[in-house]
Amino acid sequence: MIPASFEYVRAGSVDEAIALLAEHGDDAKLLAGGHSLLPLMKLRLAQPAMLVDIGPLRELNYVNDEKDYVAVGALTRHHDIATNPVALANVPVLAHVAGQIGDPQVRHRGTIGGSISHGDPASDLPAVLLALGATFVVQGPSGRREIDAADFFVSFFEVALSPDELLVEIRVPKPSDGQWGFEKLTKRAQDWAIVGAVAVRTVDGVGVGLINMGPIPLRASAVEAAVASGSNAADAAAFAAEGTEPAADFNGSVAYRQHVARVLVRRALEKAGV
Amino acid sequence: MLIDMKVNGTSQSHDVEARTLLVHYLRESVGLTGTNVGCDTTSCGACTILLNGESVKSCTVLAAQAAGDEITTIEGLASEDGQMNRVQQAFQECHGLQCGFCTPGMVMAISSLLTENPAPSEADVRIGLEGNLCRCTGYHNIVEAALAASRVPEMQK
Repeated sequence: MIPASFEYVRAGSVDEAIALLAEHGDDAKLLAGGHSLLPLMKLRLAQPAMLVDIGPLRELNYVNDEKDYVAVGALTRHHDIATNPVALANVPVLAHVAGQIGDPQVRHRGTIGGSISHGDPASDLPAVLLALGATFVVQGPSGRREIDAADFFVSFFEVALSPDELLVEIRVPKPSDGQWGFEKLTKRAQDWAIVGAVAVRTVDGVGVGLINMGPIPLRASAVEAAVASGSNAADAAAFAAEGTEPAADFNGSVAYRQHVARVLVRRALEKAGV
Repeated sequence: MLIDMKVNGTSQSHDVEARTLLVHYLRESVGLTGTNVGCDTTSCGACTILLNGESVKSCTVLAAQAAGDEITTIEGLASEDGQMNRVQQAFQECHGLQCGFCTPGMVMAISSLLTENPAPSEADVRIGLEGNLCRCTGYHNIVEAALAASRVPEMQK
């Protein structure tokens, strides 16, 4: 399968990429690792007239310790996060989940910023970043702004980025202690999650994220509230499906996914020491 | 557009459409057909090559993205006198293939794995090969081959 024709431009800097987006508007799409966009283009589900390749931009490839938080450049690849000493020491759940995405070949190409900007509710990282209370730094023609992860995912495959904006950095608050749990149900090792759950202890309490339980990645707010009021893992996990609207497909019905969500959230909470 | 890259140590320059996938650039422009197209959907790993030393699925990379990079394909592993490298030899010795379609991708994926983890456990190998599907062998001898290759010093290419 070969994508429809497009014009390819390699941006030499973040500013050049933003200028190209501003010039070409909706016709242009950013290309990072390409592991979300290229499959869609091969299926002709996406047919952008122009690809602005930002993949080689070294300036957005880093994991830095910023005292209260860890700053991850948007073009840092999953493999590099999974093996990064700063990520492993300070946000081990993020490093672990980055190392669980797809397969080694995918992790050698896919980037954290590309995964987030794609807005796929079945992706692993958005739910983890929601649970951690991350902040996304985006840059456009008029400068930078910060968006809470909780406000970033708007609807199915739609995020709060304007057409002329670029996600440049992910700021991940350091969890309060080393306990966390991540659970993902797949039929084959490399598959997208049928359902996934993450629980992590943050300075604001236990954060719980859900993968593939609705049109956008979700925080399990009812579970978080139950834990905050003293419930044990089993009792809190009973609320895991509250407010969720998972899709029904060949991998499972709505009721099945909601059942799996309760099971996985309980396991994730237990691993997080709840 | 003119796309330059180094493939198995040789400089290549070919005029292709921007939408050309790396696997098609390698097979049709460079003429190296050892890299197979299997599922064409980033699942099976038959098209795995090394991009700057790391395994990637060349059906999900544009040739344009690899411009200026160094590519290694299955054809680039043996020495000039035809001596197979340690992973290829281990596949032969352990009977790590049946139909052989997945084999180039398996060999490239294992080469990348051994670069990152020179002494993998059996579990490391199985997890490291999660992106490569084989429909014949049941994987057992492929895993054996990877472990056997890991016990051979790398200089014995």
